[in-house]
Amino acid sequence: MHIFKHTNIDFLRWRWHAIAVSWVIILAGIATIATKGIPKGVEFAGGTVVIEGFDKPVSVQQVREALDRNYPGGGQNTVVQSYGEPAANMVMIRVPQVGSESGASLSTEAQKVEEALNKGNLPPHHRQGAEIVGATVGRELTSRGIWATVLSLFGILAYLAFRFQFSFGVGAVIATIHDLLITLAFLAFFRYDMSLNVIAAILTMTGYSTNDTIVIFDRIRENLRVMRRDSMNHIINVSVNQTLGRTVITSGTALLTALALFFFGGEVLHGFAFTMVVGIITGTYSSVFIAAAIVSLWRGDAPTRAAAHAHVMASAAPAPQQPQRKQKPQRKARAS
Amino acid sequence: MSNLQWKVVTILVVFVIFFSVGVYPLIALRYNVHQPSWLVDKALKLGLDLKGGVHLVLRVQTEDALRLVTDQESERLREELKNKGITPTKIETPDATHIRVEGVPPAQDAVFRQVANEITTNFERGSGAGGAYTFTMRPNIQVNLKDEAVVQARQTIERRVNELGVTEPSIAQQGDNGDQILVQLPGVTDVERAKEIIRSTGLLELKIVEQGPAPTKEALMTNNKVPDGMDIVPGAAGGATADAGTVYYLVKKVAAVSGQDLRNARVSVDENNRPAVSFTLSNEGGRKFGKVSGENIGRQLAIILDGRVQSAPTLESRITTEGRITGSFTQDEVQNLSLILRSGALPATLTYLQERTIGPTLGADSIRSGVLASIVGLLLVVSFMLVYYRLSGVNAVVALVFNLIILLGLMAYVGAVMTLPGIAGFVLTMGIGVDSNVLIFERIKEELEAQRGVRASINAGFGRVFWTLVDTHIAALISCAFLFQFGTGPIRGFAVTLFIGLISNLFTSIFVSKTLFEMALANRHQVATLSI
Repeated sequence: MHIFKHTNIDFLRWRWHAIAVSWVIILAGIATIATKGIPKGVEFAGGTVVIEGFDKPVSVQQVREALDRNYPGGGQNTVVQSYGEPAANMVMIRVPQVGSESGASLSTEAQKVEEALNKGNLPPHHRQGAEIVGATVGRELTSRGIWATVLSLFGILAYLAFRFQFSFGVGAVIATIHDLLITLAFLAFFRYDMSLNVIAAILTMTGYSTNDTIVIFDRIRENLRVMRRDSMNHIINVSVNQTLGRTVITSGTALLTALALFFFGGEVLHGFAFTMVVGIITGTYSSVFIAAAIVSLWRGDAPTRAAAHAHVMASAAPAPQQPQRKQKPQRKARAS
Repeated sequence: MSNLQWKVVTILVVFVIFFSVGVYPLIALRYNVHQPSWLVDKALKLGLDLKGGVHLVLRVQTEDALRLVTDQESERLREELKNKGITPTKIETPDATHIRVEGVPPAQDAVFRQVANEITTNFERGSGAGGAYTFTMRPNIQVNLKDEAVVQARQTIERRVNELGVTEPSIAQQGDNGDQILVQLPGVTDVERAKEIIRSTGLLELKIVEQGPAPTKEALMTNNKVPDGMDIVPGAAGGATADAGTVYYLVKKVAAVSGQDLRNARVSVDENNRPAVSFTLSNEGGRKFGKVSGENIGRQLAIILDGRVQSAPTLESRITTEGRITGSFTQDEVQNLSLILRSGALPATLTYLQERTIGPTLGADSIRSGVLASIVGLLLVVSFMLVYYRLSGVNAVVALVFNLIILLGLMAYVGAVMTLPGIAGFVLTMGIGVDSNVLIFERIKEELEAQRGVRASINAGFGRVFWTLVDTHIAALISCAFLFQFGTGPIRGFAVTLFIGLISNLFTSIFVSKTLFEMALANRHQVATLSI
């Protein structure tokens, strides 16, 4: 079975279109974030989340009314959502305050919420879970999350620059930053809360989205040695076409599991799974359209002989394969 | 044995080891099958978010530890200066790390310096222009004191949590300044009690009452100021009922005896049969207390707990090692109090930064949906591989199952904890893990199309893709390492799962998968086709 058998798409011809499309999405994302902000989960924003399980079914509306009437401040800025499976009768209530920034009274706000529910003529309820976070934790987390992402990008850049050439490292990292921005844009469009799990998904994605890029780069490197008289752009196009099938299949299997998480993984993993789904799709797209285009822009369409030669000297990694290849000129013919 | 047979034996041994460590205990626990205890102990542990429990983050107010030392040294300085007949107009501690002395008479300056050098060893002495000196705590001493305070706080919390009888608690230092303590208590339902016990300073101080009780603070002040070296401490009037109002006592700042001199504390009753806590002092503490109580017969002794006078009985005789704290306590309160006193005082105040409670129902829900997502994910990936790669797909599926078994086994072996994000990592490992097989198979297809023999194509497929796989795995491991460093608790569980999954994937997708091909082709001499 084969998908994309012997395609011959001129991907680089479309690079400016692709870059334009990406910019549109990223700018729309920036506009959304600038106007509406990034919705922050309680871990980052601070606040109180209580999950209450009711003995009998209640509507979100009933809970909201009880809070409006009995909660100090009239339930302004509170979020009320049904939580988990409908049969479980669970409701999540989030208020922006915590009892106090410090001390034993951190959880008093949660108690106030429960008292308001008690007075609200609702069925008996029990606290199933709670998350109460002071504001300092959120500040620390934000800076640590940003640092972890930046450092991991630098780590990948350094590794790829060492294994390939510097321009390849740049291409991969720009593609990854692109994926990061697109994912953030989609998180902003769909108003997913920025949570620890989402950050974890973003970091995972930075590692994973380079995979397809590496596969393509590997093929470019291989072809650079075989197709010495061809232009760089031609080699890039051939390489992307040759690896197109596996790029799509590898992302496809990862996407299948991310979708399984999205639909069956439960409430807590929803944001995580969404981030992974978006990240995998944009990661594939950027590997095909962005990463190699950056390499071609960075080092130009110059004849490749010198560059390829320099690289063979630098890296003797797949050395055992070398002699075989030279005995097989038909490979080159097929490839071009 | 041939080369191939060795490989098969290696794979089988690895399989048996990881299956018995990682998977068998889980099955045995689920169906109550008897198994040796060393295997049960190794069974993969569930994180707090799956098992239910409390997750607390506290900050140690390390300033407190500095303040304590500053107070002590300034009081010793005051005593010693008094002995030498030097009378500065003012000795005070404006903040946690400074002592300010003003109005040292010029004639006594040299003696003052000598005394100060002997006593305030932890401080840097200022110039002393005009008879005014500022002592600043040395930076390295500050760092040491802060570190010590956090370590002591952690140890105290550990003792308290152990006394609470929580199974498998986890207590660790964290945070950018290392001044945060993460406490995880699986299965605890009485959150409020646990929080109160952990946070109570538990600082017991016995101080001679200089003046009081008085109804207001002002009544105890001279010239609207608290006298030097003294403190005004609130307490309950009468000590019998809580609502009788607050009264104030003027006491010495430095305690005659403190909680550090305590050897034991236990629940008892007072003369009216009300709940009380009896304590025993250490020999050293008993000697100090005997001296103080002997010198102050007829005066009141304030028993101060966490900055509040519990009772102030009159000393009728010399007391050495035995004492009792009475007040308006309930039975629960004296139980908590004796536990707190036994475990020792906290060196600094603790404040809660974060609290997460997961009820057992929520945990069970998470496990259920996690398992469902795993099964669906596995079915999707397996069906795709079988449809697309046919018999070679079987190879990939065997490698995948192997990958997952090694993952579970290694996690159990290194004592990693399975969290909900960890389950997500497990599911993703399936989708990402078969990528390696896909890359190898696609390469083999390419080689087959180039009219190379089946065996040569397989060899070339594995050989050429090897370094690509190393590169992709290392890039993923780099981001995984930063993820681990970034996260706490559940996220670390995720990073560990992903990390181990990536490593075991290299082994299964290359070594196991290739051996499977070799086994399939071993008995066929002329191989013309490959189902791929």
